[in-house]
Amino acid sequence: MVTRARSRHTPRESAGPTPGWRLSTERLVVVAGKGGVGRSTVAAALGVAAARRGLRTAVVEISGDHDRASVAAPDVGVGNRAATTCPDLEHLTVDRHAALADYLRTELPIGTPAKILARNRMFELFVDAAPGLGELLTIGEVCNLAQPRGRRRGDRRYDLVVLDGPASGHFLGLLTAPRTFASIARVGPVAAQATTIDRMLRDPAFLAVVAVTTPEQMAITETLALRSSLRNELGIDFAAVAVNKLLPARFGRRDEATLLAAPDDPAVRTALWFHARAVAQRAQLRRLRRGLDGVPSLTLPFMFAEAVDRVAIEQLAGALGRWLR
Amino acid sequence: MSDLATQLAGKRIVVCAGAGGVGKTTVAAAVGLGLAARGARVAVITIDPARRLAEALGIAELGNRPQAVPAERFQAAGLNIRGDLLAMMLDVKGTFDELIERLAPSAQSAHAILENRVYRHLSTAVAGSQEYTAVAKLYELAVADDYDVIVLDTPPSRNAVDFLDAPDRLIGFLDAGTAGAFARPAGAAIRAAGFVVAALGRIAGTGLLEDLRTFFGLMSGLLEGFHVRAVAVQELLRDPATGFILVSSPEREAVDEAIVFARELERWGMHRCAAIVNRVQPLDRADAGVTATTARLVPSLGPRLAATVARTHEQVQILARRDQNALTRLREQLRMKPVCATDRDADVHDAIGLVGLHDELFGFGKVRNATGASPT
Repeated sequence: MVTRARSRHTPRESAGPTPGWRLSTERLVVVAGKGGVGRSTVAAALGVAAARRGLRTAVVEISGDHDRASVAAPDVGVGNRAATTCPDLEHLTVDRHAALADYLRTELPIGTPAKILARNRMFELFVDAAPGLGELLTIGEVCNLAQPRGRRRGDRRYDLVVLDGPASGHFLGLLTAPRTFASIARVGPVAAQATTIDRMLRDPAFLAVVAVTTPEQMAITETLALRSSLRNELGIDFAAVAVNKLLPARFGRRDEATLLAAPDDPAVRTALWFHARAVAQRAQLRRLRRGLDGVPSLTLPFMFAEAVDRVAIEQLAGALGRWLR
Repeated sequence: MSDLATQLAGKRIVVCAGAGGVGKTTVAAAVGLGLAARGARVAVITIDPARRLAEALGIAELGNRPQAVPAERFQAAGLNIRGDLLAMMLDVKGTFDELIERLAPSAQSAHAILENRVYRHLSTAVAGSQEYTAVAKLYELAVADDYDVIVLDTPPSRNAVDFLDAPDRLIGFLDAGTAGAFARPAGAAIRAAGFVVAALGRIAGTGLLEDLRTFFGLMSGLLEGFHVRAVAVQELLRDPATGFILVSSPEREAVDEAIVFARELERWGMHRCAAIVNRVQPLDRADAGVTATTARLVPSLGPRLAATVARTHEQVQILARRDQNALTRLREQLRMKPVCATDRDADVHDAIGLVGLHDELFGFGKVRNATGASPT
């Protein structure tokens, strides 16, 4: 069996970096990635990079209805925020019930007590039960934030909205929700709006999906699977991929031989681990690039730090600057 | 006996919980392997495992019944399985469908529910359906009483805590729905409800509303069954023979998640039996800094390589110290010594990788830095 992966004659450029992507007219960047790859950190750093270039930017996070971990451990996620304060950058949270209240306020005839309605148990149930409605309201609210002109007076406008998307499994659900809902409800104002939102999401001049991954086997498998579902179900492709936590290639073959022959030492063991890992990462990176057939990707360095701090975010923002006007 | 083997002694159900991306599924598989190696008949329920891991366990497809895991490949990798190891990959929709078929009063009503489009959405997409089905399957296997131990991997969710309250939420949702929220209003409530229904119809169209009414109408016949089960499942999860393993990586968010989850377990009256921290960088306690390391290595590596190795070691020690802090924090917060698994340089998803992880978790591991991979 001949596999391209094994071929020594595969030209370098086929697996090498492809020409970069640059943000142009897109107003919404949706960041995808599985748990643990640094999706939120990359979303935050991208926000910083955009704000640095004078774009009024919002980094949006979706809160679950039962987000108890953040209540019980209030410092979760705050690290990223504190590390990314700059004048043109805002951090927002969108949740489905607030989105529902917002929707009702805009869509119902004047005089309807939208607030009461939104808190009505039956209404909540309805949002939970109706296929795709909760996700539709959420993504609708995010799309609304990314509109050039406000729907209502006093709405703050952003040049760019960066959505820190949900983990891969729920990610697809969020982007397909408008389509699911439109096909189920068929008639009525929400169905009509769902169709509008679906069209917006599939407009590459409006939305860019950026995937974050690490050069590890599972993360890359999931990234490639997400790409194929996005393409099959929505006809959307990744605009670009950020490969996070790449270890530098420090040791060559001769170094490896020297290290293997050297007397046992904790530092030598660390170096051998590091080398094996860096080599494995590069093999995974090549696998990713082959699977992406032409979608641009960039790599972000591994951070040897106790935690993601301001310095780390700055460094990542610098690397991500390549994607911005 | 190793710490982990002691902690798992007498457990009939072991639930692996933790933040997404920490390696819960792999840990669940390695724990199952360890228990089976010690002679038990073990079923591992995995949820969405990596393909390679599924292949290593011999479960390439979704299924509703545990399948025998080929023991030879683990034997070849150096682990003798004295007991039986079975594994399955949870089929969420299939399990939910089976449950409906079992609880429905007639085949006809089961069919009507399975065909309802609200149900079809609910059984796959509604938050909590994965968690609910995982627990339903666990319960079914526990009742069947065919295994000494059942190891359950938990669904990847934003918060580990979702696992605990998702079943209640799902039942609460069915309760409220069938209790009449979508039934046609009558009597004094008619005006208020009429207003809500009108508004709902206005935004969503009346067709969808009809579907929901039909769905909840159909479900009302099964509600009793759902409740009886929910109580039994809670009892099972609270049983002293059921233990939760908190799985974490050394990263801050994952550790926070484990601590929050441990508190929640207490609140729910459930028992944690172990904490496992995955992908720990071993700490070199004898480390004397870059200069000393370089000087020590120059004779064997030469000046250039010695300097690079020393710098690399120093940087990795930053991570090792972070990891030690995470371990200390977990030990203090959980009042329990975490079991560590070292960050590996190779794939953990094949038989050799799983056996390696098993060896380390159950205390036979050769760790990378002999100077102290485990916390003191």
